[in-house]
Amino acid sequence: MGIARPEVLVIGAGPAGLAAAIEAAEHKASVMVVDENVRAGGQLIKQTHKFFGSELHHAGIRGINIATKLVERAVHLHVSIQLHTPVVAIFEGVVVMAKEEKVLETIRPARLIIATGAIENAICFPGWTLPGVMTAGAAQTFVNIHRVRVGDRVVVVGSGNVGLIIAYQLRQAGSEIVGIVEAKPQIGGWGVHASKIRRMGIPIWLSHTVKEVRGDDRVRTVVIHQIDSNFHPIPGTEKELIADTVCLAVGMRPQVHLVEMAGGSFVYEPVLGGIVPVHNEIMETTVSGVYVAGDVAGVEEASTAIVEGQLAGLAAAYSLGKVSRPAFEERRNAYLQALEELRSGPFGDERKEAKRRIWNHYDQLKQ
Amino acid sequence: MKSEDTDRRIYEHPILGPLKDGKKCVIIVDGKPIEAREGEPILAAMLAAGIVVARQTEKRHEPRGLFCGIGLCSDCLVTVNGVRNVRSCVTLVEDGMRVETQAPEAAQWG
Repeated sequence: MGIARPEVLVIGAGPAGLAAAIEAAEHKASVMVVDENVRAGGQLIKQTHKFFGSELHHAGIRGINIATKLVERAVHLHVSIQLHTPVVAIFEGVVVMAKEEKVLETIRPARLIIATGAIENAICFPGWTLPGVMTAGAAQTFVNIHRVRVGDRVVVVGSGNVGLIIAYQLRQAGSEIVGIVEAKPQIGGWGVHASKIRRMGIPIWLSHTVKEVRGDDRVRTVVIHQIDSNFHPIPGTEKELIADTVCLAVGMRPQVHLVEMAGGSFVYEPVLGGIVPVHNEIMETTVSGVYVAGDVAGVEEASTAIVEGQLAGLAAAYSLGKVSRPAFEERRNAYLQALEELRSGPFGDERKEAKRRIWNHYDQLKQ
Repeated sequence: MKSEDTDRRIYEHPILGPLKDGKKCVIIVDGKPIEAREGEPILAAMLAAGIVVARQTEKRHEPRGLFCGIGLCSDCLVTVNGVRNVRSCVTLVEDGMRVETQAPEAAQWG
């Protein structure tokens, strides 16, 4: 159990963590990335759809291929990627990890970048624990990575981008989509995804929610009902649907345990998924030398996660004296500009404002 | 074993292409041999064979199966080679592995 000291340790090999590692390694920092999974790439390796947005941010490329590009670049820069290695604790700058889930090792990095992503939310209704009810991410993992169909007739709960995309991808993999249930009176996700679903003839029931799921040892039917503008059920509107699978696509929250163990401070920002670590615009938390990037710093998208990772990697390298001040400022401004552009439109503006509030919190706590 | 009814593998995929001919192995689930593919988690092999219940809960004996798929929720715990509470969604198969869908440990709860 020797205490090694890489200059930068990144926890999480998803888009944010890999981008952070690449950026820091480009500035000649020694970088190690650890991840609990057996494959690098985070959620990207489950994403068979093409990204859109600006060309700078991998538009037109499928998520799975972005992951490959990032891993290749990191390996090329001699980043050490340790997989199947969960971090189990952080004590006073010492990071404890279970190498291949067997041997405990400790590392004391000079800088720590936490990019642990998000956890999916669930909603509860009678029958929600029956086999066949699962998160959208679970379905995506099993269908797109393990190549096993999770069900023949699927009800999706939630019409955000995740719900719309999982419906499309399950259909691609041969499942029938009974329909999408959305509690709000309007579709949550982007029009481009929703119209694909509509073109396939998949119904989207707005102002509806799941009343209960029935079954013996697995899901057999799903009862949905309409709700009014106060989200109260309207009696007599029940519909019983024959289905064997329910996918919950009802949002995500930052996976912040390790930031807590590192001593971070938190604020509540519902638009970013709830409890979010306080950080400044270059992604440093209130603990000096500890950075966050990607969904753990507020749930957004892979493209913003990549740029936040670049910022964190740059900031860590700069604080280690690896980057001159003018070079740091030039790149920082370019990344901040990129984030401004990615956070546009009605949803983007909300997130932009939430991020500004978080930066203000940081300034107040650091005074 | 590869009947239309029980084999739930996605052999053809419009984006991902055909399923690669990975190395196959056999695991024993509740005494019954099922086909598995090296590199996949236990639960993937179970679901491919149509086994959706991974365990019964300790107190109420309710069925549980795949829920989070990333090793966080503990719904899919199984017994592997006599070791209880193994997360079947993230533990990879090994040839000859003995898996039991998990029954409650009655003594613990009285």
